[in-house]
Amino acid sequence: MLKSQYDIIVVGAGPAGTVAARFAAMQGVDVLVLEKDRDVGYPVRCAEAISKRNVVPFIEPNDKWIAAKINKYAFVSPNGEEVVIEFDEVNGYVLERRIFDYELGRLASEAGAKIQTRVYVNGLILEGEKVCGVKAEFQGKQIEIRSKIVIGADGVESRVGRWAGIKTHIDYRDMESCFQVTAANVDNVDPGTLYFYLGTNYAPGGYFWVFPKGDKLANIGLGISGGDNKKRSALSFLNDNMKKFFPNASVLTQIAGGVPCALTLERISGDGIMLVGDAARQVNPLTGGGIGSGMIGGRVAGEIAGEAIRKNNLQLLDNYHNAWMKERGKSHLIFDKLKEGIFNISDDEFNDIIKKLKKIPKEKRTLGKFFVTALAKKPSLIVDVAKVYVV
Amino acid sequence: MYRIAKTGQKLMIEILPDKCDFCGCCVGVCPEDAIELKEAEIRIIDELCTNCSKCIWACPIEVIVFNKDGVLKEAIY
Repeated sequence: MLKSQYDIIVVGAGPAGTVAARFAAMQGVDVLVLEKDRDVGYPVRCAEAISKRNVVPFIEPNDKWIAAKINKYAFVSPNGEEVVIEFDEVNGYVLERRIFDYELGRLASEAGAKIQTRVYVNGLILEGEKVCGVKAEFQGKQIEIRSKIVIGADGVESRVGRWAGIKTHIDYRDMESCFQVTAANVDNVDPGTLYFYLGTNYAPGGYFWVFPKGDKLANIGLGISGGDNKKRSALSFLNDNMKKFFPNASVLTQIAGGVPCALTLERISGDGIMLVGDAARQVNPLTGGGIGSGMIGGRVAGEIAGEAIRKNNLQLLDNYHNAWMKERGKSHLIFDKLKEGIFNISDDEFNDIIKKLKKIPKEKRTLGKFFVTALAKKPSLIVDVAKVYVV
Repeated sequence: MYRIAKTGQKLMIEILPDKCDFCGCCVGVCPEDAIELKEAEIRIIDELCTNCSKCIWACPIEVIVFNKDGVLKEAIY
């Protein structure tokens, strides 16, 4: 049963939401997580790749939610040349998000948070500008639940922030429109390699990915910027790429999605409200990766929210933006500059970059070299990146 | 210009619910907060939609369409 009042209500039970709930509940405060879908962790709107160092602080790696262990990264040029960057040790995973998210939900519950699925939050209880809880539809009834803090973890489609007066809508050109299939019978894919295809023929303003999930299974998808999607849809590009590279693959899952590849919102908290994960635009704007940074945002928000309740001082929420910028936001400024530069590199220039990288001996290739070679094409970017460091 | 829904008449911006994947791209880019998304239900809030078409541009699977002959109504501010 749901009570009529909690200290903190988290809207959305993705990784950012359940991590926020866990770190708040660990401080002994009363936390409720509401999820609109019937499952935590499903449907999976995600390519599921994450670096190991972003997982370990939050959950001990477990084979039941690791589909592939990654130590190689392949970049494919517009003309089809491939360069592989290899690491000595596993430093990335492809997850089974439906199990991973479930586990994060379990950990939040063990820490004392209560989670309820199939609750559709459709408004906030506002007293002036102060957020005092949520309005929701639950088991056919319209209900109201009060709280001192609401944490919006409601993803790319976030509306919680808007109801609280925070401008969260994203420019369509910064929205990466994505389409992905999880396919079986995928040939010529190494089980320890993430593949990135760069170029306007594969995915303009984004990239085409093939992320292995073991046993000839893979997440195959792409994201393209809204500006390009306007001319030709992500679906149509993926159909072409599948025909070209994996004509014999079976499609076991297909899913559409959006990734807000922009900078974190200028305002991610207010009177009784905080935003985390995709809802706060805490995605890495270069790679579109959002699981790791969402969990970091969740931890930072959860810790501050818990402390604010314990000390009965909601003013502490004002510290959230700076704390996030220190942890991750500042590096996102650099990634955003790199994104602008890299997506302005022409197909010919990409062909050239990959060719140059292939000339470097295998053991000396690093991801850093990839970016340095790319930056050499756009020297002005170095100035942009330097500016971010100086500020 | 705001659109108004009338039974039997086509709307200017229309989401084809049978084809929708409920991914939320359109909701994320809508400047008017005029799209409502539940688990597997989606609708445009007529009073708020301004026919700006950004949702159409962001939709990865082409399920939002623009009907030129759709119903329009002058905005009352």
